[in-house]
Amino acid sequence: MTSVDLTIALPEILLAIYAMAALLFGVWFGKDRSTGLLIWVTAAVFILLAALIALGTVETRPAFGGLMVDDAFARFARVAILLSGAAVLLMGQDYMQRQNLMPFEYPVLIALATVGMMVMVSAGDLITLYMGLELQSLALYVLAAIRRDSLRSTEAGLKYFMLGALASGLLLYGASLVYGYAGTTRFDGIASTIQDGQLSVGVLMGLAFLLAGLAFKVSAVPFHMWTPDVYEGAPTPVTAFFSTAPKVAAMALLARLLHDGFGGAPGDWTQILAFLAVASMFVGAIGAISQRNIKRLMAYSSISHMGFALVGLAAGTAAGVQATLLYLAIYVTMNIGVFAFILSMRREGRVVTQIDDLHMLSKTQPTAALALLILMFSLAGVPPLVGFWAKFSVLTAAVGSGLVWLAVAGVIASVIGAFYYLRIVYYMYFGEEGQPLDTDISTIQRGLLIASAAAMLLGVINLFGVDGAAAVAAQALVR
Amino acid sequence: MLNLLSIITFTPAVAALILALFLRGEDEAAQRNAKWLALVATSATFLISLILLFTFDPQDTGFQHVEEREWILGLNYKLGVDGISVLFVMLTTFLMPITIGACWNVKHRVKEYMIAFLLLETLMIGVFVALDLVLFYLFFEAGLIPMFLIIGIWGGKARIYAAFKFFLYTFIGSVLMLVAMIAMFVDAGTTDIPTLLTHQFSTGPVSLMGWQVVGGMQTLLWLAFFASFAVKMPMWPVHTWLPDAHVQAPTAGSVILAAVLLKMGGYGFLRFSLPMFPVASDLLAPLVLWMSAIAIVYASLVALVQEDMKKLVAYSSVAHMGFVTMGIFAATQQGLDGAIFQMISHGFISGALFLAVGVIYDRMHTREIEAYGGLVNRMPAFALIFMLFTMANVGLPGTSGFVGEFLTFMAVFQVNTWVALFAASGVILSAGYALWLYRRVVFGPLIKDSLKNLKDMDRREKALFAPLVVMTLLLGVYPALVLDVIGPSVAALVSQYDAALAAHETASMLAQN
Repeated sequence: MTSVDLTIALPEILLAIYAMAALLFGVWFGKDRSTGLLIWVTAAVFILLAALIALGTVETRPAFGGLMVDDAFARFARVAILLSGAAVLLMGQDYMQRQNLMPFEYPVLIALATVGMMVMVSAGDLITLYMGLELQSLALYVLAAIRRDSLRSTEAGLKYFMLGALASGLLLYGASLVYGYAGTTRFDGIASTIQDGQLSVGVLMGLAFLLAGLAFKVSAVPFHMWTPDVYEGAPTPVTAFFSTAPKVAAMALLARLLHDGFGGAPGDWTQILAFLAVASMFVGAIGAISQRNIKRLMAYSSISHMGFALVGLAAGTAAGVQATLLYLAIYVTMNIGVFAFILSMRREGRVVTQIDDLHMLSKTQPTAALALLILMFSLAGVPPLVGFWAKFSVLTAAVGSGLVWLAVAGVIASVIGAFYYLRIVYYMYFGEEGQPLDTDISTIQRGLLIASAAAMLLGVINLFGVDGAAAVAAQALVR
Repeated sequence: MLNLLSIITFTPAVAALILALFLRGEDEAAQRNAKWLALVATSATFLISLILLFTFDPQDTGFQHVEEREWILGLNYKLGVDGISVLFVMLTTFLMPITIGACWNVKHRVKEYMIAFLLLETLMIGVFVALDLVLFYLFFEAGLIPMFLIIGIWGGKARIYAAFKFFLYTFIGSVLMLVAMIAMFVDAGTTDIPTLLTHQFSTGPVSLMGWQVVGGMQTLLWLAFFASFAVKMPMWPVHTWLPDAHVQAPTAGSVILAAVLLKMGGYGFLRFSLPMFPVASDLLAPLVLWMSAIAIVYASLVALVQEDMKKLVAYSSVAHMGFVTMGIFAATQQGLDGAIFQMISHGFISGALFLAVGVIYDRMHTREIEAYGGLVNRMPAFALIFMLFTMANVGLPGTSGFVGEFLTFMAVFQVNTWVALFAASGVILSAGYALWLYRRVVFGPLIKDSLKNLKDMDRREKALFAPLVVMTLLLGVYPALVLDVIGPSVAALVSQYDAALAAHETASMLAQN
């Protein structure tokens, strides 16, 4: 271990030290009274680290003998994770305060989960992968159940834990099979055992189990069952977190594993990913139609969106990885906007989450309704909003790899999906007047909602250069 | 002039932005300001677009006023017009001030209403001037958002059903086109429309689930584009969204829907299907011709039994769009001339008919034909104008409706006599439903009490109809105004189409030997 290795892993190390320091601070100083401060500081630390990573060097550097890799791809994913984590922390604060739900463990757990995610996306070895994944998962299990006195929250946490543990088991089993047949856990070592674009049967089996485990983490069908229940049961800020940063991390990890470890044999995994993608897009789109709770609806929506992101990976090319990264960045931006609004949904101080609570929102909160309208059309993938460009880029990657059928399936799923996004617009603009929601939305929530909607609108000019950054990241991964 | 097309396209959007950001309040004054600002903006757009018309050189068959700039994901922001598209731009900018004038009596959320229409205008113009495949798709598809809101917020009783049906129906058609566009992008390596017009898409055999597709990739691409444009036109049997949307939409929405939005389908056929996939177009032309003929007869028959005036006019639109598709896929100079002429003329006539329905709806709040009768006694000016446009709709010589129908019939008669014969019976039916409607609404004794206090059209309403009357009659007696502009570009398109077909024939003969 040299000092170079330590500088490469510096962001992870700093964040881990910060998390432990914050834990001590919380225990030492009056417990939950310090939570508000800790949330702010944690968000600031996230943003600082994101800046540190984004402004750092740009070459590809392995660390700890290849256990970790620092390249443009990892940097892109880590910045996305950190920024979305910071946004979720900030916009959730008002909600947590009103709900009298201020355990100081909340920001600490989010910081720890974020460390895990950062390790995941820069993993160069199956062991690192597993370590990062478990650190993230364990923190998330606890976060789901953080409202201890609520039956639903604890149920969500338990459900997530049981199924998550099963998925981790599958993944570990797959890793051990790969190790047994390839003789190494290093990604580049695995890659070097591939001959003639074919995996040996044992490695292939291992890959299948690895994919099953990771599909659970990105909530791809048929490993999606936990998603609606956990999204509904967990406190809304936690749901917002679930739907953003961990999705980026798991999807980036999937791309990392497949291209670094199994990039020599794309024929063996693109089929599996194409199946996961089609199943997720359709189950997500159809499942959301009958939902009445907006959090469950967003759960199905995220399943469907993960299906689209997988379309990019299924293409198996650099263009595909670029498209997936772009998709994730746009998806996260949209979700932050939507959840910023969901967090503000209250009637006479009580939290409400039914879709028909949005009745005639356009009368009582015209600006918020307009922003939400833009976000809904963007989620549906209607041009010129940025959500369309996300879909456009993954579909282009798929057609470019000859997967025309996958593209056709994708657009049909997007039409089905358009229905439930439009229904939210219908409630806000077309419906009859009902009892209005409270209008005192906090400044941060309002700001993020409007910023996210504005980004969807203005992104048509140049996508804020994210496509270029994603292209560089994809080039670093797929050589 | 520099960036003329961008200025025309985005002037309404800028006005919409100003409205959205700077106009506050829902009171009378704010409403009036919103309306006036929208009227000024659309009129200004029309005046600027006149510069486009006068600087346009019809003899040049290439694209003019071209602007090009780099954009995202390897695409270009590229605008330009040729003889085919320039008149559609004019049609849009000409009709928009009239449309805004038609919503003068709206009291509910006026500011948002104006914003929706202004944005819609930008998107409609964009469709006709876009010279990049994806840019075209962007404008084409984005138009759904304001129209969905216009129907859903300001529509009639069953507006929600109609709005959803409108959106989802047209959305599913166009996403298939999106996949086809991506396939073209991948195949040709560019989304530049002028380049694609000269690109030969493969006609080699493609097998799909064990079936050999005749015409190969071209046929598949053609079908995907057809899915989108046929829904938009709309063609039988995918026209069912149109009557619902028309009936539920507010008057101004119906006018724009019939006058401009439907034309996007026809424009798409002219811009993409015919020149880019000539072999597939030739192969599938009989199908389109027969579908058009069925549309003409079927829609006319359905129109005969309608009890709702707007629905009747909507079905008559379906029938008239049948002439357009028939003319386009006859693929001769006359056919294309006739099709474009028919689209322009139908823009004026159907717009005017929906306005006329709006005039009496504003007074009586019903569209039931049964509720009217003998209007001529109370509303002579209305009776006159309604008569003119009814006749134009039937295709009376001397009105613009005649020229388009006549040219398309001539063309189709030479290509496929049976289709022409069959479709001709639709013309008789159209005279039937239109005149019968007129008789039931306007003629006869005025016996219903509710009608006894009707007032004739006021000055605003007359002013709305005046330009439409002028255009309908002017084009009816002097069609060269349109034909001279579109002629050279159409001739170039037809000769390129014929050359592509001939080349394909030679190639396949060589392959056989």
